[in-house]
Amino acid sequence: MPRVTFTANLQRHLDCPSLDVEGGRVVEVLAAVFAQRPMLRSYIVDDQGRLRRHVNVFVNNVMISDRDGLGDPVGPEDEVFVFQALSGG
Amino acid sequence: MAEDLLIATRKGLFALDSGNAGAAPRCLGFLGDPVSSVLYDPRDGTLYAALNLGHFGHKLHRSDDFGTSWQELAPPAFTAAGNGESGGDKAPSVNFVWTLVAGGSDQPGRLWAGTLPGALFRSDDRGESWHLIESLWNQPSRKDWFGGGYDDPGIHSIIVDPQDSRKLTVGISCGGVWLSEDGGESWQLGGKGLAADYMPPDRIDDPSIQDPHRLAVCAADPSRVWCQHHCGIFRSDDGGRSFVVIDKAAPSGFGFAVVVHPAEAETAWFVPAVKDECRVPVDGRFVVTRTRDGGASFEALSQGLPQGTAYDLVYRHALDVDGRGERLAMGSTTGALWLGQNGGETWSLLSAHFPPINQVAFRET
Repeated sequence: MPRVTFTANLQRHLDCPSLDVEGGRVVEVLAAVFAQRPMLRSYIVDDQGRLRRHVNVFVNNVMISDRDGLGDPVGPEDEVFVFQALSGG
Repeated sequence: MAEDLLIATRKGLFALDSGNAGAAPRCLGFLGDPVSSVLYDPRDGTLYAALNLGHFGHKLHRSDDFGTSWQELAPPAFTAAGNGESGGDKAPSVNFVWTLVAGGSDQPGRLWAGTLPGALFRSDDRGESWHLIESLWNQPSRKDWFGGGYDDPGIHSIIVDPQDSRKLTVGISCGGVWLSEDGGESWQLGGKGLAADYMPPDRIDDPSIQDPHRLAVCAADPSRVWCQHHCGIFRSDDGGRSFVVIDKAAPSGFGFAVVVHPAEAETAWFVPAVKDECRVPVDGRFVVTRTRDGGASFEALSQGLPQGTAYDLVYRHALDVDGRGERLAMGSTTGALWLGQNGGETWSLLSAHFPPINQVAFRET
């Protein structure tokens, strides 16, 4: 079962421990996360389900390529990392 | 005296007792986070804060105990286009809430939110759920709207007529002045007479692309609408349907903020800057301009304000007047907060050390 881990920067705003969830693509993995923690959804994707512009998602060591549809594959042993982009001031 | 002033900044929400000289501001929450709008609802004492977290999107929080504790609410959002898993790259998404406004005194729990992109949302349950006002979003002329200062057009002014809460006046940068007499069911485009010199000659007076930086009405006479426009100051005597230009304001007619005396429609205050492409006080002299005769003449009020070395800019929500029209408060992008007494004739610096200030609001209890 894939494991999803969130940037510590998100912990400032709400509780988001690592979760083990079902899913063969990023969109399914995140949907399973949001089913458990609904308030987390708007922090990671926009109204249309697209990855927020300044949030990055990696499957293991590779940044996902489908930021709109989140169709990148995820294997049962993979780890999904949710990071924030480096910007601000 | 209680904390009577709310200050929404780029790095937190604060409250201050403006009547207590030397009182320190108190952070009500969200230290380090941009607060895009704050609303104290005098109908039930609820405090609302809209955040624009940047990386993690916009958020909405509510407090029933004036900031001692906060509850996060689902913020206004567009419905997903629903073609499977996402809406592609064209379907809309709320960027942030630019203004939060309470409904009428006869509409408990009703709130209005204006967002970027230029959408109006309504809640009837103290922000628990939000509904897009499709009658405005679906206006054919929306395709002509464009951003002013931001990439997207945005709704920054929502005025609920204090005498008839079905009547709404909405200001959009850059999408003009919109009027509803039925609580948002239908809309008419107002703003005839506004002039946009940033457009080709044949479209200067097109009402649908105007940039009203801020709209304000007189509470006692809501037919009198003042507009600080991108291209100067305008006044309407017919509830925003038509405007006349006011060209007497010195040192400048450019600015963002406007407030109107709650009982005297002829009296309004502005905070001028040089011009569009140079957004600092004229000659470094920071002043507030006031008219008391409907715009026929203006005074530049400067007592207590820095003269000659000031580069403060006051955003459109960062000037407020109290319910009696006597005290004013304003905050600048360089983090200074002033209190004006006697209608702005004298000013005192409350703090020079806030983060950039997005909004100041008197808390009328």
